[in-house]
Amino acid sequence: MPAYYLEALTVTLGIVLLMLEAFGPAHSKRHIGLIAACGLGLIFIFNLFAIGPDQARPDSAWAGWPLWNLYGYDGIARFYKGFALACTALVILMALDYRPILARFTDHPGSEAATGEYYALPVFACAGMMWMASAKDLASAFVALELVTITFYILVAFLRRNLGSLEAGVKYLILGALSTGFLVYGIAWIYGSTGTMNLQALGLKLATATEASPALLLGVGLVLVSLAFKIGAVPMHVWIPDVYQGAPTPTTAFLSVGSKAAGFVLLLRFLDPLLQVGSPVAKHVMVMLAILAGATLLVGNLAAIAQTNFKRLLAYSSISHAGFLTLALASWQTSSATAMGSVTTVSFYLATYLLMTLAAFFILAQVRLQSGSEEIDAFNGLGKRSPMLAHALTVIMAAMAGVPLTAGFWGKWFVFSLAVNQGLWWCVALATIGAAAGFYYYFKLIRAMWWVEASADAPVVQLPGISRVVVITLTLAILILGVFPAPILWLIG
Amino acid sequence: MLLALVLIPILAALAILGGAQARMAALVAAGLNLALGIAAALQPAAPFWSISCSVLSRPDIHLALGLYDGMSVVMLLLAVIVTLAAVLSGKAPEGREKLYYASSLLISAGAIGAFVATDLFFFYAFHELALIPTFLMIGILGRGDRRAIAWKITLYLGFGSLILLAGLLWLAHVAGTFSIPEMLARGPVDAASQKGIAALLIVGFGILVSLFPFHSWAAPAYASAPAPTAMLHAGVLKKFGLYGLLRLAIPLLPSGMHAWLTPLCVLLLGNILWVGFVTLNQRRLDGVLGHSSVMHMGYIFLAIAALAASPMNDLALPAAVLLMFAHGISIALGFGLADRIERKTGSLDFADLGGLAKPAPGLAFLFGLATMASIGLPGLANFAGEVMVFVSSFRNYLPAEGMGPVQITCVLAIWGVVISAVYGLRAFRRTFHGPTRPSTETATDLSLCERAPSLLLAGVLLAVGIFPNLLLSLLQ
Repeated sequence: MPAYYLEALTVTLGIVLLMLEAFGPAHSKRHIGLIAACGLGLIFIFNLFAIGPDQARPDSAWAGWPLWNLYGYDGIARFYKGFALACTALVILMALDYRPILARFTDHPGSEAATGEYYALPVFACAGMMWMASAKDLASAFVALELVTITFYILVAFLRRNLGSLEAGVKYLILGALSTGFLVYGIAWIYGSTGTMNLQALGLKLATATEASPALLLGVGLVLVSLAFKIGAVPMHVWIPDVYQGAPTPTTAFLSVGSKAAGFVLLLRFLDPLLQVGSPVAKHVMVMLAILAGATLLVGNLAAIAQTNFKRLLAYSSISHAGFLTLALASWQTSSATAMGSVTTVSFYLATYLLMTLAAFFILAQVRLQSGSEEIDAFNGLGKRSPMLAHALTVIMAAMAGVPLTAGFWGKWFVFSLAVNQGLWWCVALATIGAAAGFYYYFKLIRAMWWVEASADAPVVQLPGISRVVVITLTLAILILGVFPAPILWLIG
Repeated sequence: MLLALVLIPILAALAILGGAQARMAALVAAGLNLALGIAAALQPAAPFWSISCSVLSRPDIHLALGLYDGMSVVMLLLAVIVTLAAVLSGKAPEGREKLYYASSLLISAGAIGAFVATDLFFFYAFHELALIPTFLMIGILGRGDRRAIAWKITLYLGFGSLILLAGLLWLAHVAGTFSIPEMLARGPVDAASQKGIAALLIVGFGILVSLFPFHSWAAPAYASAPAPTAMLHAGVLKKFGLYGLLRLAIPLLPSGMHAWLTPLCVLLLGNILWVGFVTLNQRRLDGVLGHSSVMHMGYIFLAIAALAASPMNDLALPAAVLLMFAHGISIALGFGLADRIERKTGSLDFADLGGLAKPAPGLAFLFGLATMASIGLPGLANFAGEVMVFVSSFRNYLPAEGMGPVQITCVLAIWGVVISAVYGLRAFRRTFHGPTRPSTETATDLSLCERAPSLLLAGVLLAVGIFPNLLLSLLQ
């Protein structure tokens, strides 16, 4: 099956879901979410068998289409398409268990009538993320990125009867628009100085260039700043805490995993020609990335220390993870016989990040729903109230902090290895400080759950069916991959 | 087979969490491990002990366990002996048996894994595995201001581990491999990076071993921790840092370690003299034990300093290993008995103690033995270790060249023996002699069952004290 079918199928699925929402029964929207998750699962399986033009039979016409100048399908594309699909499906499952809150703050409070679109919109964002994974041209990448961003404007402000959600929506809209401006402006400078928007052609031009033109560097800098908005890195990180806190929890999870990963795959695509061997701009770009990484590590981790709200803590943690991931890019290396390259490391890190973050948000969504609070205090004494939940969250938080024998450790380990190999010592120092701060703020949760007594009226938090299965699966995956991480590397290829 | 040594406690811990009878399962696991550990010590060279299976190909990381040399064997023996004693002497608070025994077993599994791992990744990872249950035990079941103390140890050791991680990664990078035997076979790494790596390793491992001035987490943590946790951490897990320095830093970074020789000597004197004086002023028995455990790390660092001064020193390594073993056993005995005293009298404050020898002579005898061991009385294992450390400092010493930093440190460190004699005997006198107090009058002596773990540890101390060759022959 040609690879472009995947996006086509995803968009079709989204339209079918909208039809179901418009013409289906008004009182129950649950089936829309279930169909969306199953449909995405099916496309996930198709993705494993999809082929690009290089594997096409010689007589097939589609392999010669000009589409393939804009759209590529390789190992990275396959991995990140699968990533987007899995993440979207899990987010929709999370939304299913989060229905009561969605119903409370949309039109007709208490009824599910206005919640149906919430299951369809992520599917469109998913299509955009999948296209970003395949981007070979800055123009098409821009269109795909806007499809994702515009969908998120709606998803963030979805709780239209909740002030926090609306405020988050406005903040996201303003900064998103600003970053779009940066992106277009940057692409224009790149086009102006090299005469192409195609990344492959850009790579060929740079391979023969002798010196770095300032115009190109300006363009690259602008694009980096705008992608920093997507991945949540300094200097475009200011929206994250407020938007994460205000948005509905499944949207926050989607922003922090799906949107971030899509930003990173675009960054990988964009950096590949710039950082190739012999490129005159490589040195400058790596300095820019190192500054981004160092600043992000410092801001994300130090600001997280003071947080008392778990959702906000996860927001800063998401900035700090962006810092580690950017550090892997700043110490750019291609894969060798003895070491993993930056691309593999980033992909690996994101895969473990998906497991940990989504599991944490699943639990947070239910704690918010059942105890009405997202503060860390709401987790006090959870070890006694809901032992299973507390055990799972302990593993998840340990993985986030990077405790060995959990999946989270490997990612940090690889990033540290890359940075040490490149001799980026000041970044290693900042990353060490960051990881130590991480111990502090992630263990705050463990401390609250096990060491602090619960208040008398704290409810027993029970995970509903879907959340329970997902949390158990993700937690076990974190532990198993912590000892035996090879399966993720098989997926990356 | 070594994998079994790691897996048995983990599986037993899982079984306990799944509902098995906690104490029974823990005892069976610890007993099995002791048997396996002794078997390993008898036949360390047999090929069936080691295991290596690939976990990752780039970088090449293996789940590799093996008895690289006698040092691993001795540490393994220490771990299994103390584990059995800790499980035997522990008494879980009502309703918390699962957590109590499962955590103890996990600490033990992590420590064993760290000592037999022959891959740098798992060497580090197993140690971290052991730290988490330590934090939880102190935080949940600790005494006194448990939350603040657990918080402090979490941050201290977490930060130390990260510094260590940076050092180990740098080491693996310049050595070009994660396999410890391969690294050692290739010999010292590139001289340019040695100083930096050595600094990271000394600080990283140093925090884990409570090297002065990074020691302030240790004594409060041991005072607060439940008895098995204190026994396992002070006795076994803390030796990981020393083991790491001896295993990696000394053979691979000779010039780097030499460059830091003088600062290291100053710091270890901080352990011996400064902490020694602090110990003199403790008003509680657990405070004395905790600080004395920090202080005695100084002697082992002295052996490490002797090796750093001259890697040719053939006496310092066996001295360090022997002292690590002896200290591990004796401090575990001390914490185990202190826990008994607290359970019998309800207090460890010297103000409430006194005259305990009258109602409980057996307890007094065993505690006296532990005190004498820690002071370094001949006939007990610590004596052999300490004497060897002092002698090794003067190995290859040429009077014509004058005293180097190690020799000067050694001369000053010998005064530590006097300090530990003073606080050891004073603690013993305040606890067991003098008039009885209301809390000690009604105390009962140890029953046979309660004596078992102490007898096991005391027997080992005596056996190794009289025949140090039992261990030293393993090191050849």
